[in-house]
Amino acid sequence: MKKNLVPLVVLAALAVFPLVVADNYYRHLMILFLMWVVIGSAWNLIAGYTGQVSFGDAAFFGSGAYAAGLLSHHLQISAWWGLALGGFVAVAVGLPFGWICFRMRGAYFALATLALNEVLRHGAAIAEGFTGGMVGILIMPSFVSKVPYYYVALGMAVASMISIQWIVRAKPGYYFVSIREDQDAAESLGINTHFYKMLSLAIAAFWTGVAGSLYMNYMGFIDPDVVFSLHDISIMAILVGIVGGVGTVYGPMVGAFVMVTVQELFRSGFFGLLAFLGKATGSGAIEAIAKTITGAHVLGFGILVVVVILVLPNGIVGDWPKIRNAVFRTKTAA
Amino acid sequence: MDVFLQTLVAGVLKGGLYALIGIGMTLIMGVMGIINLAHGQLMMVAMYITYVLHLAGVDPYISLFVAMPALFLLGCLIQYYLLNPLLKVETILPENQVLMTVGIGMVLTEVIRFLFKSDYKSVTTGYSNATFFLGNISFSVALMISFFIAIAFTVAMFFFLIKTDIGRSIRATAQDKDAAVLMGVNTGRITIITFGIGSGLVAAAGSLLAPVFYVFPDIGGPFTARAFIITILGGLGSTVGAIFGGVTLGLAESFGATYISMDYENIIGMAIFVLVLLFLPGGFKRLTKV
Amino acid sequence: MAFFQVEKLVKYFGGLAAVNGVSFQVEKGEILGLIGPNGSGKTTTFNMISAYHRPTSGRVIFKGQEIHRLPTHKICKLGIGRTFQVVKPLGRMSVLDNVIAAAYSRVNSHAEAHDLALETIRFCGMASVKDQLAKALPIAGRKRLEIARAMATKPELLLLDETAAGLNPTELIEAIDLIKKIRENGTTIVIIEHIMHVIMTISDRIHAINFGQTIAEGTPQEVASNKAVIEAYLGTDYA
Repeated sequence: MKKNLVPLVVLAALAVFPLVVADNYYRHLMILFLMWVVIGSAWNLIAGYTGQVSFGDAAFFGSGAYAAGLLSHHLQISAWWGLALGGFVAVAVGLPFGWICFRMRGAYFALATLALNEVLRHGAAIAEGFTGGMVGILIMPSFVSKVPYYYVALGMAVASMISIQWIVRAKPGYYFVSIREDQDAAESLGINTHFYKMLSLAIAAFWTGVAGSLYMNYMGFIDPDVVFSLHDISIMAILVGIVGGVGTVYGPMVGAFVMVTVQELFRSGFFGLLAFLGKATGSGAIEAIAKTITGAHVLGFGILVVVVILVLPNGIVGDWPKIRNAVFRTKTAA
Repeated sequence: MDVFLQTLVAGVLKGGLYALIGIGMTLIMGVMGIINLAHGQLMMVAMYITYVLHLAGVDPYISLFVAMPALFLLGCLIQYYLLNPLLKVETILPENQVLMTVGIGMVLTEVIRFLFKSDYKSVTTGYSNATFFLGNISFSVALMISFFIAIAFTVAMFFFLIKTDIGRSIRATAQDKDAAVLMGVNTGRITIITFGIGSGLVAAAGSLLAPVFYVFPDIGGPFTARAFIITILGGLGSTVGAIFGGVTLGLAESFGATYISMDYENIIGMAIFVLVLLFLPGGFKRLTKV
Repeated sequence: MAFFQVEKLVKYFGGLAAVNGVSFQVEKGEILGLIGPNGSGKTTTFNMISAYHRPTSGRVIFKGQEIHRLPTHKICKLGIGRTFQVVKPLGRMSVLDNVIAAAYSRVNSHAEAHDLALETIRFCGMASVKDQLAKALPIAGRKRLEIARAMATKPELLLLDETAAGLNPTELIEAIDLIKKIRENGTTIVIIEHIMHVIMTISDRIHAINFGQTIAEGTPQEVASNKAVIEAYLGTDYA
């Protein structure tokens, strides 16, 4: 019972958050956080549990986003239907995606996913008649307040985490991990590795697509470079996964929280602190840094990737003992 | 007919240059099994070095001799500090080193962007736009010179790998690391040198391409993709294969741009990549013996 | 119709014939030993039976059904289990989880898989290490885990590939006992082994191959004194 206490407390806190905090800025950040919990959990399934590291998550995110957007744009159907549909469209994209990419193993699989992601991005840009090309899709958001979006996102986050955990603890979970550990051995144990890899990908694609649909509904605007973005979606998903902890239950949550914070730190120049400092001290240097840091989030991501892989390869959750030792050891030494 | 020949020439010339990019990568992949997704970004750094030197009045073909050693050094440092340590790391995540190179590529791109901003720079020299004509077919002088230099480097690489001790050590490490160690090869040093050489080669390509392409921070990405396609086309670790792969890609892009559309240039590469992975897993190497 | 038979199996890798016309039959309940010097094609034969390689030509017939074109996981479901010469533990899973994964091939609920796995682990004498991570096991443990995993798939035919290599004398005795126990339990066995002592004691019949071809077949005594076999292992001087 104690083990479940912390998650339940967190859940309760999340549930009442928008009622307690009225500042839309923070609500926005939390919605992003919840969205990334979904995407991170999905990536964790295909990469952490099944061992197939994909660089192409943006393909599913974008498919879901466009599904929702196009429904509204072409058929004048509310984009909320896209929420239901987005997941399935992403799966429809994911199946041939997987069929092509799973023929390769390891790093080649990763690169094939990257290539297909790029094909989709260019495709969306070129197919102007259908997708609006680089102009993108603009829809009217259904709600003015952020609160409904928050609860939808919360529902998605909880649903994705629970459903994925449920799957992982049963037969598919054992099969996924077996494939990760040794695909040939897994086959010899009667596991249809091709089927289960596709299954894992389909589930991951579904949830990532749903997240994409949410994004479309919430932000109101998408274009190929935003939703099929290698750096902002695919690599962000990977970072959420590895920073939090690959193959763990709560890794995606921790990772999502950290990454959204980092992303916002950069975008806002440490929440406007740097700009403020610059003006307050009149220091030209600080102001210059404040300006550049806003655009430097990709640099931050790059450095983060390098550092995390070297120092915390199993993420915050996975390497928690390591972190605890490092932090507490220095404290007692002082 | 003329259009066809023109497209052919352009494709082959570009292809020779692409081959140079591919050789560096295939060497790294063959020897260390490392997929270097920062390859194009390394080339981009060389292009900027060339650009800076150009501002100081140095001809790109001379900057070659600065860019190459600089990138060689950078490559060695990257391998030593960032990639070698990964071999000892225990983690569930299987594709650590690919991710690491992605991170490195991102850092390189953004640092350059920070220093130089995102605008397109150009390195125009007297011969940048010069062409000479054979009949109705125009040959870009810059590309021709680059082509021949690229061939020269390729041949040099060939002899280096076959005739010199270090070259043989590299090939030994590529074939069987453990056996190489047992035979007294310092594989740790070899991997560092190999990454350095790979970086140096792509730096040469960068300097050679600077007069012909616009220079901007994001140019790295597409070239990494090209390098990868060439490597897969040619077969891992095969120098000759990289040449064939490079020329093939050059031709494909050239014909695609002429007969289909300029827009599709990037997709062609990706599509070829996927097709090759599906249907010709061993690459051209299967058809040659090197 | 034999319980299991391999008919004129051939496998070419490039220009090299690793297996060049191997045929044998196995009766239900017997233990057939497969011997031959290194590189003679034994593991390749196993790989063809369990579909890791497709035979260049030839057939594999199990209980009257041709299986050489089926995928590996289907062959397991049909009742053929195997161990690997170079052990393949599912390293980051516990011993119990390794065997549960195998057990899921026969049952569908977690409870049933758990029970079947425990039963198999006890049968194979691994109960004391069931919660250890597979990668923490020493070589003898890993080899035994290979067997336990294969047994959890309830095979009617078990292919053992060099399960005794690398074991010390005590471990060897335990391994032999386990194999005998498996046969008594009703499983037919084909075993590849280099350690003569092991294979001579437990095999009912032996099939010897060299350079991918059959050179002798018969009881252990017959094969041990066979000229071609002695020549293959020790050279012509000893024949």
